[in-house]
This record gives sequence, C-alpha cells and structure tokens, in this order.
Amino acid sequence: MNWAQISERVEGLKARGSDLQSRLRSLRRRLTLLLAVVGPGLITSNVDNDAGGISVYTQAGAQYGYALLWSLIPMTIALYVTEEMCARMGVVTGKGLSDLIREEFGFRPTFFVMVCGFFVDLANVVAEFAGVAASMQIFGVSKYIAVPIAAVVVWVLVLRGNYRQVEIVFLAACLLYLSYVFSAIFAKPDWLEAARHTVIPTLHFDSSYLVMLTGLIGTTIAPWQFFYLQASFVEKKVSPRQYPQARADVLLGSISCMAIVFFIIVCTAATLYASGQRNITDAAEAAKALIPLAGRWAGVLFGFGLLNASLFAASILPLSTAHVICEGLGFEAGIDHKFKEAPIFYWLYTILIAVGAGIVLLPHAPLWKILIFSQVGNGIWLPVVVIFILLLVNRRALMGEYVNTLTFNIIAWVTAIAMIVLTLVLTYTTIFPRTISTP
Amino acid sequence: MQMYATELMGAETYDDSGNFVGRIREFFIEPAEQASRVSHFLLSRGRFPPLLARHDQVAAIAPGTMRLNCSERLLELYSPNEAWLAVRKDLLDQQIIDTKGRKVVRVNDVDLTEQQNEKNVELRLTQVDVGLPGAVRRLLQGVVSPALIRKLQSKLPQRTIRWEFVNLVEPDPLRRVKLRISHEKLEDLHPADLAEIIEELSTAERHGIIASLDEETAGAVLAELDKRLTTQIVEKLDPEKAAEILEEMSPDDAAHLLAQLSKETSEELLDEMPGMEAEEVRELLAFDPSSAGGLMNPDFIFVGEQSTRDEVLQWMRSQDLNLDRLDTVVLLDNAAHYSGSVPTSRLLLASPDQPVAEMRTEPLLSVPSDADESDVFELFDKYNLRTLTVVDAENRPIGIIAVDDVVSRLVQK
Repeated sequence: MNWAQISERVEGLKARGSDLQSRLRSLRRRLTLLLAVVGPGLITSNVDNDAGGISVYTQAGAQYGYALLWSLIPMTIALYVTEEMCARMGVVTGKGLSDLIREEFGFRPTFFVMVCGFFVDLANVVAEFAGVAASMQIFGVSKYIAVPIAAVVVWVLVLRGNYRQVEIVFLAACLLYLSYVFSAIFAKPDWLEAARHTVIPTLHFDSSYLVMLTGLIGTTIAPWQFFYLQASFVEKKVSPRQYPQARADVLLGSISCMAIVFFIIVCTAATLYASGQRNITDAAEAAKALIPLAGRWAGVLFGFGLLNASLFAASILPLSTAHVICEGLGFEAGIDHKFKEAPIFYWLYTILIAVGAGIVLLPHAPLWKILIFSQVGNGIWLPVVVIFILLLVNRRALMGEYVNTLTFNIIAWVTAIAMIVLTLVLTYTTIFPRTISTP
Repeated sequence: MQMYATELMGAETYDDSGNFVGRIREFFIEPAEQASRVSHFLLSRGRFPPLLARHDQVAAIAPGTMRLNCSERLLELYSPNEAWLAVRKDLLDQQIIDTKGRKVVRVNDVDLTEQQNEKNVELRLTQVDVGLPGAVRRLLQGVVSPALIRKLQSKLPQRTIRWEFVNLVEPDPLRRVKLRISHEKLEDLHPADLAEIIEELSTAERHGIIASLDEETAGAVLAELDKRLTTQIVEKLDPEKAAEILEEMSPDDAAHLLAQLSKETSEELLDEMPGMEAEEVRELLAFDPSSAGGLMNPDFIFVGEQSTRDEVLQWMRSQDLNLDRLDTVVLLDNAAHYSGSVPTSRLLLASPDQPVAEMRTEPLLSVPSDADESDVFELFDKYNLRTLTVVDAENRPIGIIAVDDVVSRLVQK
C-alpha cells in the first residue's frame, strides 16, 4: 500500500466517522423529541394488560400452548390503528373524547355514553381489585387486608400527585411488566416453536378454540382506554407538530403490550400446557401451578406481575372514568380542584373505588361472575365507542388535514367491524356458554 | 315569560290563517344588529326546503308552539349565513368563557325571555344555563311532561351566567369578526386568570384568543402560561405580531420565552423587535438560565448616592416608569459602582431633604451575575429580601431580582 492509498483510506474513515457522528446527533435529537411526548401511549396499552386480560392470556397458553400466538400480530395492528385515531384527535383538537362527543353529537348521546361507561368501568374496577385479592393470596395475604390497603393507596396516590408525577409512577409500573419476561425465561420454553407459531397461523375450527380467540381480542382492546389515551395527550399538551412522536409512542405501546402478552402465553404454554394442566381458570391459580413446574421464582414473578397489573389499572380506571364523565357532562373535573369546587368528580372517583373494592370484600363475592360481566360489558361497549371515534376522526371541520385517509379508513373500518363481530361472538358465548361448547 | 331553548326546539309553527308551516330547528342571533335578540327561526318542513321566520313575523311563542302574524308565503327560504350565531350549533354543548366567574364552562341550555311589541313578539337571550337544571331538561325533554321537568328543575341548584358576561370562543378569525366577538371583556381579566382559562381551551381556540388580544395583555398572559403552551402559541403566531407581543413583555419574561424556542425562531423574532429591546433581551439570553443573570430584570431605577429624597422623587415622577419595578432604588457612587439600595417604602417616610444614602438597607448585599440560583434563593431566605441587585465583574449594577421571580422559579421546581 502506498502513501496515497493510506491517506485515502484515512480520509474515507474520517468521513465515515463524521457521518456517523452527525447521524448519532440527529438520532439523539430525535430521541429527545420523542421522550418529550412518550408516555400516554405506552401507559395506556400496558394498563390494558389488566387482571382480566392476564387471566385470559393464561388460559390461552394453558389450553392451546403456542397455537394462539399468531393472533398477536393482527391484534397489534388493531390496537395500533384504533389507538392512533384517538391520539391524533387529542393532539389535533386539544380536546378529550367525551368533549368531542358532546360538542358534535349533543347532550343525550353523551349522557348515554357516560352512564354506560360508568357501569362498565365499575365492573372493570371490581375485576382489578379481584386481581389484587387473588395475587396477594399467592403470597399468603388475606384479601381482607390486601384490598382495603390497595384501595386506600390508590385513592391517596392519585389525589396527591400531579399528572407528571403520576406519569412517572405509571411508567415505572410499565417496567414491572418485565417480570413476565423473566417468568417466561424460567419456564424454559421452546423459543423456536413459539416464534414459528407467532408467524404461521394455526387455525382450528373447533368452537372452544374460536371462543378463546375472541376472548383474547375482546380483553386486549378495552373501550375505556381510548378515553384515557386521548385525555393523556390533551393533558400533556402535545401539539400537532409533535404528532409524529405521539404516533411513535402509540406504536411503541401497542408493540410492548403485545410483547408482554406473548411472554405470558409462552410461559404458561411451556409449563401448564406441556404438563397437561390445561383447565386453569385464572392467573392466580396459574401462578401457584407454576411453582412446582418452573420453580418458585417463576410463580412468584407471575403473581407479582398480576398484582402490578391490577394495581396499575385500579389506579387509572376510576380516575379516568370520573374525569371523562365530568368533562362530558360539564362538571368541574380534575385533581387540581378542591373537593368543594368539584364535588361530583370526587364523589364519582370515591364511589368507583369504594364500591369496586367493597364488592370484592363481600364474603361470598361471585368474583368469577363479575370478571365475566366486565368482559361482556367491554364487549358490548367497544363497538359503540369505536364507531363514535371513526365518525369523529372523519369530520373535516374538526380534524382539518388530519382526517383519515382512504386507506387508513379502510383498515380502520375493517378492524372495527372485525372487532365488533368478534366481541359480539364473545359476549354471546359468555352469556350462553352451552350453545357453543357442544361440538 | 321565561323559556328555554330546549323547550322551544321542535315547536310546531302555524301561520296567521292557522296552517301548519313546520317545526323550529334552530334560532339565530344577528350580533351585528342586536346582541341578544333572536332574529330568525329556522323552520324545517320534512322533505321540503326549510324556511326562515323573521323576528317581526312572530305573533306568539310558547313551549311547543309558535304562531306567525303573516302567511307562510311571506317567509323566505333558508340559506346559511356565517354572520348569524346559531343557538343550537354554536352555543348548546359548546364551551364559553364566563368572564365574571373567570372560568371556562359548557352550555347546557339557553334561557330566553319574550318581549311583547305592538305587532310581534321578540325573544331575547338572557342567560346561559351551565348547571344541573339545564342538563335535566336536555335529558328529559320529550320523554316526560314539561310540567314535571319544571317541577324537578326548581329543586336543583341553579348555575347560570348572564348573557353579557358570556364570551364566545370562536377559533376562526373571519367568523369572529362577523359575529362581532371582541375580547375586550377578557382583556379586563387578570392575566393569570386569563392564562388559566386559555389552558382549558383547545389548540385552535387558544391561538384565536391570543392572536386577537392587544399586545400588552397577550404578553402578560404568555408570561403566565404553561411553558409547553407558550412555545406552541408563539411558534404559530405571525412573527411580526409575536415580536410586538415580546416587545410589550418585561425583558426577563421575553428572554425566558425565547430561550424555550428553537434557535432559528428566536433569532427571527429578535430581528423583528426594535433594536433597543432586542439588545436587552439578547444580553439576558447570554446568561445561564439557572444563574442570577438568568433570573434578573435589567429594568431598574438607579440614582446617585448623594441625591436627596425629594430630588429622587421628582426625577421618578418625570420619568415614564414601570410601576411593577418601583420596589427598589439602586444607588451608585461617583465611579458608577454599586453602593447600596433603598426600598421605596423608606423614601415615603423620609424627610424631604434627607440624602438617600442614609436610607440604604444594611448589610450591603449584591450577587455577581454568574452566581448560582440556589445562592440567590438562600440570600432571599436569610435576609427576608424583596429585591436583590445583580452586579457585573466591576461591581456595576446590571439588574434586579425581585421576590416574585424567585417564587415562580421555586414553584416551577
């Protein structure tokens, strides 16, 4: 090599270096821009993996092993598409979903949405506290101790904090979902097999397989999350210019939410399904069954994940519900107000927590039925909310250039109709289980 | 008689010979004519094109029915008019600003009262209902009997806002002009209250209000607003207007605002500002935001230490001084070095020819411009200060930190 060649190489390397440096710099800049917005999408999607959801994922893995994993990819798309519309509305209009329904559709539709939303959300709150009770029982703590403490902690935590602090606590809670990743690793699954089933669909046409499939979808996309997501973007004062970052946040949330579902299913598939314990009905039972199969830590982490998920959702749901109802009906809302200024808001919030926790504490509370009721409620409720979202996001007067494109509309309506059909099937089969279970 | 828009919506309308014409679907107010009179009624007729009844064509109106004093043939066909305020579309369920209660509220119903003229009856909008009675009426109208609704709502706590205290929020500037929406009432509010109101509105509405306020108010509001919103709003404003607003702000507030913008935008705005003001702000921007220099305001009053109280007062009266910055008078010695400060309260009580040097506060306190803000906070706390002078390397005063700057910085933390 002569000198000219060497110096050419050096120059080339230098250019590559500075190119890399400038690319790194632009990457860092983009990351900072993203970090200013990230939060709402990540939190909302993860809260969605709540007590009810985790129970269903557990059953899916225990009964069908890896066979249902393929549904996660279409579900990620459905979750992203629907959430993205709400994020876009929040960012563009600066208004919450209930505000927009009120302004565009009038008082009565809003009232109907709010009343139904209240009862469906209440059922969900009960399910979350039931999740707290079940997970603490794994650790040998009676529900009569665990649930009241959880209720008080939730009540105080949210009322004392401002949005920023609460968001940080919630983002930390998102990290705790990683306990399911470790649980799955301890379970020593066949990763190759899991990956294959994720990409290649395995279709069975027996009825209980279909029921499980609809159950998965029905619990993953909950109607209340749309209100919460949009309100968070509004509260965070994200501007239309930051919309690309908001979209990235939603995408990140959808993917991470589904990744956790993946690990839950893999964990139970590798243990419960493989050892033939296929009739597990809830997550707490699964956590107990995991201990002899995959070791103490797998079970403990699994139970801890359930506790975290339940507490997380129990903190967000009552607050979000009270907020949405008050905003839609024009009452003062928000934790910045004092009790005297926003009595209805505080009463709703307190009632949701007190009744939610109270029902779980009843000595012979039919928790299993409540869990089903909350899922049925979500199922019936989801189509209504999604249709409102689609109608609103297509109003040019509201969204301007940000209305759905034709392609997006097609994807969104197909998603919506598929979700509606599936959730209706799920609802039907939960109410009348016999009609399907006879092959 | 007191009536509500909800009760009148859908009212059957008959002409002078008793023929059914249609049902009321909407009321319009023409703000250019009269601010509260219902000027037109929109009558829907099923598959036929809707008609308009003018206010002077109405003979009687009551919940459920309206009678005209002319024949159906005299009514004109409806065509939309941007200069009319539509009660149902623009008012019901929308957010308005209650300028008296200083907050944003949502309209549940609209209260109307009738005014009997010689040949016709006019409806006037008296107040908007933002409380439970309006909500109950909206919910139950047509479901249970009106008498029952009236009985029910009389038991509920009233929450209404008189029409003259209602400030509509219309993001479209052209429509705003057509509807004669001015923000004069908003300009009378305290900037901090106005900032809180604006934070509750949507993005477009915020821009609309800031853009239409006078520059001084807009500047004061921007200084009070949530930081994330300030940058959004300023970036969207016309640069000329933004520069005018910045010019009206105190230099330290302007510098804080510009520091949050991108370099290009902030340079562009500084170029639009007049030289003197821009220079002042540029100098402030050079300081680290968390240093004494980043906290101070370069607008302050300084006098020679040999002056007497009366000389100082006379000089102050002759100047056009900013009242917010009158807390302290800074003293200079012959070499223009800092030699102390005198609170204006001491000037009030001194005798006319007392030298100001005798009134200065002890101990002699000042901070260098590069001192950390935590040192500044400590000094304020330790000596219970209301102001503190910032000096440069040669001990020349360059600005003053007031206690309100310290409080807002501490609250932000």
